Amino acid sequence: MQNIETNSDFEVRSLDTMCVNESKINHKWYHQIKYLITGVLFGIILVKAEIISWFRIQEMFRLQSFHMYGVIGSAVVVGIISVFIIKKFNIKTIDGEQIVFNPKSFNKGQIFGGLLFGLGWAITGACPGPIFAQIGTGASVVVVTLLSAIAGTWTYGYFRDKLPH
Amino acid sequence: MFEKTFNFIMLEIIKEPWPWFVAGPLIGLIVPFLLIIGNKTFGISSSLRHVCAAIIPSKIPFFQYNWKKEAWNLVFVFGVFLGGAVAVNLLSNNNAVVVNPKLMDELATYGITNYNNLIPVDILNWQSLFTIKGFLMMVMGGFFIGFGTRYAGGCTSGHAISGLSSLQWPSLVATICFMLGGFITANLILPLILSL
Repeated sequence: MQNIETNSDFEVRSLDTMCVNESKINHKWYHQIKYLITGVLFGIILVKAEIISWFRIQEMFRLQSFHMYGVIGSAVVVGIISVFIIKKFNIKTIDGEQIVFNPKSFNKGQIFGGLLFGLGWAITGACPGPIFAQIGTGASVVVVTLLSAIAGTWTYGYFRDKLPH
Repeated sequence: MFEKTFNFIMLEIIKEPWPWFVAGPLIGLIVPFLLIIGNKTFGISSSLRHVCAAIIPSKIPFFQYNWKKEAWNLVFVFGVFLGGAVAVNLLSNNNAVVVNPKLMDELATYGITNYNNLIPVDILNWQSLFTIKGFLMMVMGGFFIGFGTRYAGGCTSGHAISGLSSLQWPSLVATICFMLGGFITANLILPLILSL
């Protein structure tokens, strides 16, 4: 019974979501520190490579600079190689768990939602990660963008059944 | 003496903006790193959903799940916020961002001339929030980020980086649509908003 409940919770959690916690282990709170540190490193990279710069995003969408294409392209290449190595050598997590990849099924949301996100990205010059980093750099007004993004997510959840998928 | 000079030079290099071939591979490495330290798939936009689930679930089925299991994602984005603060205060030479002169010419026609911050403070500030332009850019723009990413099932990190890394073709569709939406907006819609 317990198992069935856990599974249905996973079903809901994984709906329209890329990142889902695949670990079955319940860790103590201090294990979160490793994610805090990874987040800090990611935030530093975002700022130092000017990926969170509104101006860099405008350049990208006007094909005026290679910078952002280089960042995303090389990140994807390194990501593909890493995932290939993990699968090929069956590398486990530091706790010895099997690493899980959840295949995503296609739905029309990836098209409609993708286009709408592109709209927001080009206007604000930020995707969700950069929003947090921008606030960190002292751009306090971006808190408004963050709250609006949370409202947008909530609105999607509210109308989810009525939207084409 | 040598060591001091070396450390000084290293810090000065770090303070310069990092080139794409340093930043890109480092971001790519976050994917296997998160998988190995805890079986976590790299993605940011889900954090917005967890905030909804934690604070305003409002009996909506989409927000009825054990968000505490995904708390790592909220810790991660809090880290991104801290990282932004560390980078700008300790690891930056605070020079203006250098962009294509063509972009500078175009933006100057809309009164955007300040390149000292990562956001254009000429148009994105607390005063402009109460103008139509500011409202459209910050409130509407933010809304579409949240709505669009969840509708698409991920953002730049979840689809373009994590999804493509594990060769998922729906992520490629999503990434192409992100870019297409961005191209149309930046070239056709944003100029109208900036002209307001």
